[in-house]
Amino acid sequence: MIYLDNAATTKTAPEVVEAMLPYFTEMYGNPSAIYSLGSAGKKAINEARRTIAGSIGAGPEEIYFTAGGTEADNWAVKAAAESYSEKGKHIITTKIEHHAVLHTCEYLEKRGYEVTYLDVDRDGIVDLEALKAAIRPDTILISVMFANNEIGSIEPIGEIGAIAKERGILFHTDAVQAFGQIPVNVDELHIDMLSASAHKLNGPKGIGMLYIRGGLKIRSFVHGGAQERNRRAGTENVPGIVGYAAAVQRAQRLMEEKGRRERELRDYLIDRIEKEIPYCRLNGHREKRLPGNVNFSFRFVEGESVLIMLDMKGICASSGSACTSGSLDPSHVLLALGLKHEEAHGSLRMTLSEENTKEEMDVVVEHLRQIVGRLRDMSPLYEDFLKSQKV
Amino acid sequence: MYSEKVMDHFQNPRNVGEIEDASGVGTVGNAKCGDIMRIFLDIDEEGIIREAKFKTFGCGAAVATSSMATELVRGRTIREALQVTNKAVMEALDGLPPVKVHCSLLAEEAIHAALWDYAQKNGIEIAGLSRPKSDIHEGEEEENW
Repeated sequence: MIYLDNAATTKTAPEVVEAMLPYFTEMYGNPSAIYSLGSAGKKAINEARRTIAGSIGAGPEEIYFTAGGTEADNWAVKAAAESYSEKGKHIITTKIEHHAVLHTCEYLEKRGYEVTYLDVDRDGIVDLEALKAAIRPDTILISVMFANNEIGSIEPIGEIGAIAKERGILFHTDAVQAFGQIPVNVDELHIDMLSASAHKLNGPKGIGMLYIRGGLKIRSFVHGGAQERNRRAGTENVPGIVGYAAAVQRAQRLMEEKGRRERELRDYLIDRIEKEIPYCRLNGHREKRLPGNVNFSFRFVEGESVLIMLDMKGICASSGSACTSGSLDPSHVLLALGLKHEEAHGSLRMTLSEENTKEEMDVVVEHLRQIVGRLRDMSPLYEDFLKSQKV
Repeated sequence: MYSEKVMDHFQNPRNVGEIEDASGVGTVGNAKCGDIMRIFLDIDEEGIIREAKFKTFGCGAAVATSSMATELVRGRTIREALQVTNKAVMEALDGLPPVKVHCSLLAEEAIHAALWDYAQKNGIEIAGLSRPKSDIHEGEEEENW
């Protein structure tokens, strides 16, 4: 099997599993308990919080554990909107956010908030001038993702943070894809709130966090206990939190080497596909791009067909095609780039890890070339295209 | 997600290709929803469908329903071909996931569109057949790749 869907989720690293295990089997006590079985869990949580905070230049009291990136996004956007509603009810975000942010914004729109969805350029990058122009006296929140999950484009987060700070507006970033892959520092980049998960960086599923800058009045999201400094009730997911910290430590240690390796493989794969498969388009920015992200549109073919055929060859990838989303619309991200529906339906995302090899990339290109060729042979769009070329 | 029959017709589609000087050709669907089907029919003087071929842009279910639809109309009369409904195509494939039912509708429409084309070319009327909805041209701007 060749696994190329690391933006969906990653394999939990053995050292992460090992770190977690004692908190299932031996130190299973409730961290809120008085006895020492519980305080062992409490101690582990505190250590984990310090590790994770340190990795983004934050203080431990600014890290709040959640059940994942989606919850963190929901919390950040809803709670910021509610907490600052006296100042205004206008939010700025982008058209390429994850649905965790987009659907939350739609929820708020139904409750009297106004949302501006910024366009992105052909490479998926937010225009800073458009952002400045969208700011109004009643703007209370800017939420722009650190890097896009589909096309891997990295946004100018530091510049956006500086603009938000200058105008006195809260700045939230969904860093689910970027955290652990590229350096993130909340102070240098003027980030007020940051969402992240663990399972995108070889950590366990079901655990994530929200960074909330000290002093911000962000209300509680989950009520029912004093955990997480009264802001997120519920017995802590101790094994998950411990695993998260182990994954962050690993990611920090390997970031440079892992990033270098993935970039090399990524650029090799991009280069071969562009040279060997005609009528393709690289989606996303060529340089400002996550180390492991490759996203192409292949004209005249449909993504789900490509995915099934790749799966039959033991290759796991994903697509922005409607057929893979359960709806009739193709990826909102690809449409926001200005791609035609046909091109968005024909997209293929391959997200690498440091465990992939050059040999695997060769196998992938070989299969992909044949699959795209085979599907084009049965495509009426390709037939029409060939006929139009003859005239 | 797909039945074995759907997977079989996707992996080994029957009747892929074109028929030169076909008696009737029908193209349905649009790029917006991600499926376009084109069905070619060769119909003899007695109104029997001698050959049916297809070309399809779309997901696994779109390819499989095109393949099955062409199988079901081959060797049939025009009247019999009109009985090949989306339900018949779905049943022959041992069912489709709910989100893919529209693919089977498209296959039925493609057969009808090809028969309509045949009727137009020959100046005849086929009872129970009406002008197909053809909307493959979205009017999106062409662009150089």
